[in-house]
Amino acid sequence: MRAFVVALALALLACLPMQAAAEDMKVGFIYVSPVGDAGWSWAHDQGRQAVDAMDGVSTSYVESVPEGPDAERVIAGLARKGHSLIFTTSFGYMDPTLKVAGQFPDVTFMHCSGFKTGPNMGNYFGRMYQARYLTGLVAGKMTKGNIIGYVAAFPIPEVIRGINAFTLGVREVNPKAEVRVVWTKTWYDPALEKDAAKSLLDVGADVIAQHQDSPGPQEAAMEKGVYSIGYNSDMSSFAPKAHLTAAVWNWPVFYTEMVKQVQNKTWKPEALWWGMDTGLVDIAPMGPMVPQDVKDMVEAKKKAIIDKSFTVFAGPVKDQKGEERIKAGAMPEDKELLGMTWFVEGVVGSTE
Amino acid sequence: MTPDMVDMLAMLTPLLAAAIQSGAPLLFATVGEIITERSGTLNLGVEGMMLCGALAAFVVSLGTGSPWLGALAGCAAGALLAVLHGLATLTCGGNQVVSGLALTILGVGLADTLGAGHIGQVAPGFDPVAIPVLSSIPVLGPALFTQDALVYLSFGTPLAVWVLLFRTRWGLHLQAAGENPAAARAAGVSPLRWRWIGILAGGALCGLGGAYLSLSATHLWTTNLTAGRGWIAVALVIFCAWRPQRAMLGAYLFGGVMALQLRLQAMGAALPSSLLLMMPYAMTVLALVAFSRAKSRAAGRNLPPAALGVPLAGPQGGEGR
Repeated sequence: MRAFVVALALALLACLPMQAAAEDMKVGFIYVSPVGDAGWSWAHDQGRQAVDAMDGVSTSYVESVPEGPDAERVIAGLARKGHSLIFTTSFGYMDPTLKVAGQFPDVTFMHCSGFKTGPNMGNYFGRMYQARYLTGLVAGKMTKGNIIGYVAAFPIPEVIRGINAFTLGVREVNPKAEVRVVWTKTWYDPALEKDAAKSLLDVGADVIAQHQDSPGPQEAAMEKGVYSIGYNSDMSSFAPKAHLTAAVWNWPVFYTEMVKQVQNKTWKPEALWWGMDTGLVDIAPMGPMVPQDVKDMVEAKKKAIIDKSFTVFAGPVKDQKGEERIKAGAMPEDKELLGMTWFVEGVVGSTE
Repeated sequence: MTPDMVDMLAMLTPLLAAAIQSGAPLLFATVGEIITERSGTLNLGVEGMMLCGALAAFVVSLGTGSPWLGALAGCAAGALLAVLHGLATLTCGGNQVVSGLALTILGVGLADTLGAGHIGQVAPGFDPVAIPVLSSIPVLGPALFTQDALVYLSFGTPLAVWVLLFRTRWGLHLQAAGENPAAARAAGVSPLRWRWIGILAGGALCGLGGAYLSLSATHLWTTNLTAGRGWIAVALVIFCAWRPQRAMLGAYLFGGVMALQLRLQAMGAALPSSLLLMMPYAMTVLALVAFSRAKSRAAGRNLPPAALGVPLAGPQGGEGR
């Protein structure tokens, strides 16, 4: 169904005049959705624009590329057009990227949110759970009924980890509060996501958080007159009265650094998982309804995460059954976090 | 943990309200497709017409500040796209399945491309209005009569279409075009004209279904806002055996089960979400099976229009127009 758009985009791309000077380094980006969505791809495109502003670098992107065989053609197309660094920004591009990387050994490929690497292919992601923990602190302080709703896309480790970190934040400041999870099994269906948020509002939730790419849940919270927490980017324009804060991506710091490394030939095919200390993940400015002492407390915790005096998921962490999954005094291992399939104490819902 | 009965009762009103809301876009589109198919044309372009309707409604509401003008624009966009289907299948005698599929691909691509600049904006839409007295009926009142204008319109639409189809001369003519064009022509009724009317009216209602998504369900435009609802509507037409009154049952059943599974999750029912999410589809399949069994008993009562998909110029359509 998207093939038409992709074909159109490719055709347009092919018609683009060669504006870049001959010696410019060309960097390509592949997005899974349109850049205008104020969500996942929008956040990546902010990074691309920062790269485009660098000296001696030009960029291009292809949006709404379906995950699967179509992606392979588009990625190879960018490589053939002389891009020396290509970022593929959705999980489903992993195998196509690996395959194209094999065909173009002189091009550097970086794949977002996957786990495969190659001689000229690295992968990267951010520790979004750190930002989610901070938004959980805000939610825990702002709830009055001690029920917080969380609209979530798919029960995969990335999402489960975020819900867990959020819940740890909530319970840190409000041990009586619970986080109720509703799965939508879609990244993007605004009407369904909004109804999922409504179902949480119906059971008494007075703060709505989300791991979805559309602002549907924000709208539901605002209509009900309760609070919301956004994701990907500052979603306050969709729900100015409801939006407490959001867990946000700040891709410019990452993409500009990678371009520099490739320019300086210091780039290595690694699996990168950048944290809040790099600035890649952050929270949006807290809204005027958040009291100053809460803002101060959150800022203090943010500093502690950055200077590593505090670690999210430091033991003891118990699961829903009360069983200790991360022992007291133990630090979580990345392997454990990346494969997380269980909920922490305080979450109401099922990971199945 | 099983949610107790008190909880269940308190959840009933919001559940009914949500069922009606998630059913509304399906209802418009299903009734629209019923009209088209009753006149003898199969239009698989519902998804594309809905999405273009959603975009047109959003853009016009954003530009004029009037959601009503937006909803009209949604109808117009759906009908406009349907014109292409009419040109391909009626004027040129093309294959209806191919043309409909092409219409979906075109409509989705067109809406994605034209709407790219509007993603992230918020347009004025329809908000719930409580109807005095009626909305204070216990349980049902708030669910049925604290809705927005398009939902109220969705209550009336199947009823109006039922009256038009089965209680007026026009309805008879339209059905004749779909049942037996040659006989219609012999009686002095132009099947070509009524097939055009069926295609256009159906397109307009599909567009309105799309408008519901961008003006009522949310006040947003995004790519693929319809998320496959057009295809569900096509399936519901068969489910409700080409009857507008049954479309209400189908749309609310589907919307209701979808709303129920979300609410069961929110209430903390410890059931796997994959199982819950399967419910709407499983229910639809079960209902289809039940209906087709009933069909074999009451032979002929639930069959599609006899000349559905048959071109007018073909042997069964008779020569000439």
